[in-house]
Amino acid sequence: MGLEQFKNRNVGQQEYVMLDLEHTPQSPMGKFKQVVKRTFKPELFVGLGVTMREMINALFRGQMHTIKYPFEKLPISPRYRAIHEMLRLLESGHYRCIGCGLCEKICISNCITMDTRYDENQRKEVSEYTINFGRCIFCGYCAEVCPELAIVHGQRYETASEQRASFSLFEDMLTPIDKLNLQQEYDGFGAVTPNADENIKKTPLAY
Amino acid sequence: MSEVKTVENMVSITIDGTTYQAKEGEYILNAARANDVFIPAICYLTRCSPTLACRLCLVEADGKQVYACNAKVKDGMEITVDTPNILEERRAIMEVYDVNHPLQCGVCDKSGECELQNYTLELAVDSQSYAIQDTKREVKNWSTVLHYDAALCIVCERCTTVCKDMIGDAAISTTKRGGEPLDKAYKETMPKDAYAMWNKLQKSIIAPSNGTDYTNCSDCGECTAVCPVGALTGRDFVYTSNAWELERVPATCAHCSSGCQIYYEKKHTSVFDRSEKIYRVTNEWNYVSLCGAGRYGYDFENRVESKDEAAFSAAVEAFKKAETIRFNSVITNEEALMLQTLKEKMGVKLVNPDARAFQKFLGAYAKAAGQSLYSYDFKEVMATDFVISVGASLRNDNPNARYAFNNIQKMNKGAGLYFHPVGDNLVPTFGKNVELFTHKVGLEEAALYLVLDLFADKEKLLEDVKSYLDSFKTTTTKTVKEKVMKDVTETVIDEETGEEKQVTKKVPEMVEKEVTVEKNALVEMLGKESDAFDAAFEKMMKKKESFSMIIGEDLYFHDRYENIAKLIALIEQTTPIRVAMIPPKTNSLGVALICDLDDEATGYTVGYNENGDFRLSALGNGDLDMPAMNQQEGTLTNMHKRVTPTNAALEYKGYELNDLMKVLVGAPELTVDWTEKLPVSKGFKRAKFDDLPNGYLNDGTENRGYALENITCEAEVVSVEKIDENGVLEGEIVYRCNPQRQFNDFTDKAHEIFEGFGLYAAPEKAKALGEKVEIDFGDRSITVDVIEDDRMEGDITALADFKSEADVYSLFGPSRYRKVTIRKV
Repeated sequence: MGLEQFKNRNVGQQEYVMLDLEHTPQSPMGKFKQVVKRTFKPELFVGLGVTMREMINALFRGQMHTIKYPFEKLPISPRYRAIHEMLRLLESGHYRCIGCGLCEKICISNCITMDTRYDENQRKEVSEYTINFGRCIFCGYCAEVCPELAIVHGQRYETASEQRASFSLFEDMLTPIDKLNLQQEYDGFGAVTPNADENIKKTPLAY
Repeated sequence: MSEVKTVENMVSITIDGTTYQAKEGEYILNAARANDVFIPAICYLTRCSPTLACRLCLVEADGKQVYACNAKVKDGMEITVDTPNILEERRAIMEVYDVNHPLQCGVCDKSGECELQNYTLELAVDSQSYAIQDTKREVKNWSTVLHYDAALCIVCERCTTVCKDMIGDAAISTTKRGGEPLDKAYKETMPKDAYAMWNKLQKSIIAPSNGTDYTNCSDCGECTAVCPVGALTGRDFVYTSNAWELERVPATCAHCSSGCQIYYEKKHTSVFDRSEKIYRVTNEWNYVSLCGAGRYGYDFENRVESKDEAAFSAAVEAFKKAETIRFNSVITNEEALMLQTLKEKMGVKLVNPDARAFQKFLGAYAKAAGQSLYSYDFKEVMATDFVISVGASLRNDNPNARYAFNNIQKMNKGAGLYFHPVGDNLVPTFGKNVELFTHKVGLEEAALYLVLDLFADKEKLLEDVKSYLDSFKTTTTKTVKEKVMKDVTETVIDEETGEEKQVTKKVPEMVEKEVTVEKNALVEMLGKESDAFDAAFEKMMKKKESFSMIIGEDLYFHDRYENIAKLIALIEQTTPIRVAMIPPKTNSLGVALICDLDDEATGYTVGYNENGDFRLSALGNGDLDMPAMNQQEGTLTNMHKRVTPTNAALEYKGYELNDLMKVLVGAPELTVDWTEKLPVSKGFKRAKFDDLPNGYLNDGTENRGYALENITCEAEVVSVEKIDENGVLEGEIVYRCNPQRQFNDFTDKAHEIFEGFGLYAAPEKAKALGEKVEIDFGDRSITVDVIEDDRMEGDITALADFKSEADVYSLFGPSRYRKVTIRKV
């Protein structure tokens, strides 16, 4: 690849399309004429007509486009990175997090901390988990690195609070057990690719 | 190591086309590692015997496939690390290791430090060709500290090897797994070594060697350190932290005089408590082995919230009116130098019973031997093949001395003599050629005379010593029956030819024979049969080239320590034996060299971690708080005659000794500024603390701090006295000796060390004594619990001295043994 394109510092100028605009009138008479011409052109009514039509559509035909935020919210892309959620296993209701600590390790703003312990069932229990949202930059690495799809980015993008550096604890992020049926599977960063099966080599089993 | 690297014992080898120098007789793997050449290997441990479990270290040497861990280098050897065939073997081996290995890497405590994971990636295993039905393998807690997850175990046998060859407990071994047999078809299709390795792997698993579910061992945790996977872990550490989160602080262990290099691994306590906490201690297990105190006794820090100004000014006043400072040897060289400065400038007395005894002994030895320090460090001891231990309770006094004794038996085909009044059933298990002398208390001199008699070059001995030694010998004649091969000539007729032939046959016959037997009364005095010992000793001496002797605390706390020190100097002068001493406590050697110590405390006493009218304490129970060893920087002088640096792992917010020094006599800004002021005349170097390294090189060279200079002077002609049998104690005897893993108040404070304060006794003796006893020392008495120690034998009981509160040192006075009356309570 040649370097010529990088040596031209007037980036983008070559792409300009010059519009054929009439010249700005210089004389007072010319200016007066332009004002009169624009004022009495019918385009004004075209615009008013559109507004009228939309008003009627919205008020009487149920085609209102305004979203009554904060009572209503637009659906957002699954790849949007809002406040984190901790998901549960659908079958057992147990939290998915295995306490591997990869999110803690990969977090570039160093805002994830967790405590783990050896529990009575010989499993690694996540006894506490926090994200400092005062520091979080919502890069999505934690969700991407998570091997269990346990920590994901949810849809809750309002992060205003009285204290910026407030903590968010494990139970705040965890899907409430009574709302397990409403838990959405995550399609964003770090989710399994649609062709994942094709990329796996099967391990033989002797059963 | 003092081993001279001359051209003669170096050979040149070629690895993958590059020529390297290697020590003669070294294994290829070690030679490669020393030269920074990578050969894959899982099961091999430096300083232990090759187990050949993993077979990864397969290389081609002079056109033949050999295992690098057990093939020795030869001059001009050409080694190829990777050939197509070897690469195929290695890949198959790694695939086999991955068969049924649980995919728990996410929660596994190895967290990325896993050798199985590393080699799987290194050998690019990206698919699996083998399969076998899995066996259920349970998680087990082997002891108060050991956690074994059998499902993760790859049976590399590093744990069993280190336990046997280094530690000496041999508390774990491989046992039957009860797994499915391998599919016969694999034998044809798999690479040969991989199949053999799998066949063995599938049959075995690790378990306590005593057949129960629990190990009977010293709980050193070295098995957890060497485990390449997450199978063996400290119970307290399981699932608490990932390895990468922990910050490693290189330090020197502060519990005994071994002064092992350790890493304190720390991170914040929890989500809510951000203060730092030590999670575990790790070590360079290829070069140094820790004991249970070093590994599990880490949380002895003294948490202080702020500087207590009132207590500080009280301390300054206390120092001003103090006549004596009483301290123990769990302090740094720098602090010892500060105390010595106080003595010089303010005229206080310094009292430290353990270092004082050692100082006197070392002084007597130095005068006789003409050198300020003993000859060998324990690494040199480990390289010898005959070791003698006198006056040390090897199992309790110093773990590294014990490891050296054991390692010599296992690795150097060595032999050992162990002289001690307290019977022990572990030491004889170290090797076939270990002779245990359980002698009467007070006969340590006789033991040394016996060593002289056995090893001395009689030409070099003075006439009176020679005749004294001869006076123990008596010759008697004895009739013994002996098997003799006798020639019998017969005339036989050959059946085929009919010719007569003379045939000579050898026929065994029992003959009675008169032999003169030399009886050595010294051996009998020490409690062994002279004849039997002679026979055993002859066997022990076969093919032995280098000799060493370990000297312990019993000899420093001995009425006749001067004569004993002279005898030891004489042994070094007249025999090939070189001596290494075990300083009684952590930094006794440093304190003995730096401080002028006094015998008796008088008047107003300031105690530093000891009893006194005013107490400075790093234990949190004194009048002014001091930082504990894991909270301060400084240097320690260890028994390897090395000055090693230690770093602060945890924060300390209070006052330290240097702050007191600043007010009292003036002092530099930092404690470590004292490091370069350590007395050069005693062998220290003028080195800055920050310049001291603390690590090991790839070939095992200890690159830590600096070695003390052994200052030589004119040796005196050693005139030794005869054995004094008046000092022999009989009756109810108590020995001042700590249980394994307990050395001082700090180990006692650690939550993972459970050995209690009390009177330790052999099982039968413990049963006879009951649960609690009062020990009457004559002037004072102490009431303690009786604790059973099934490694002990005989009637002598051991009273722990790690609690400075109980002041056991002053109960015993100048000896480690006391005759007492024990009453049941």
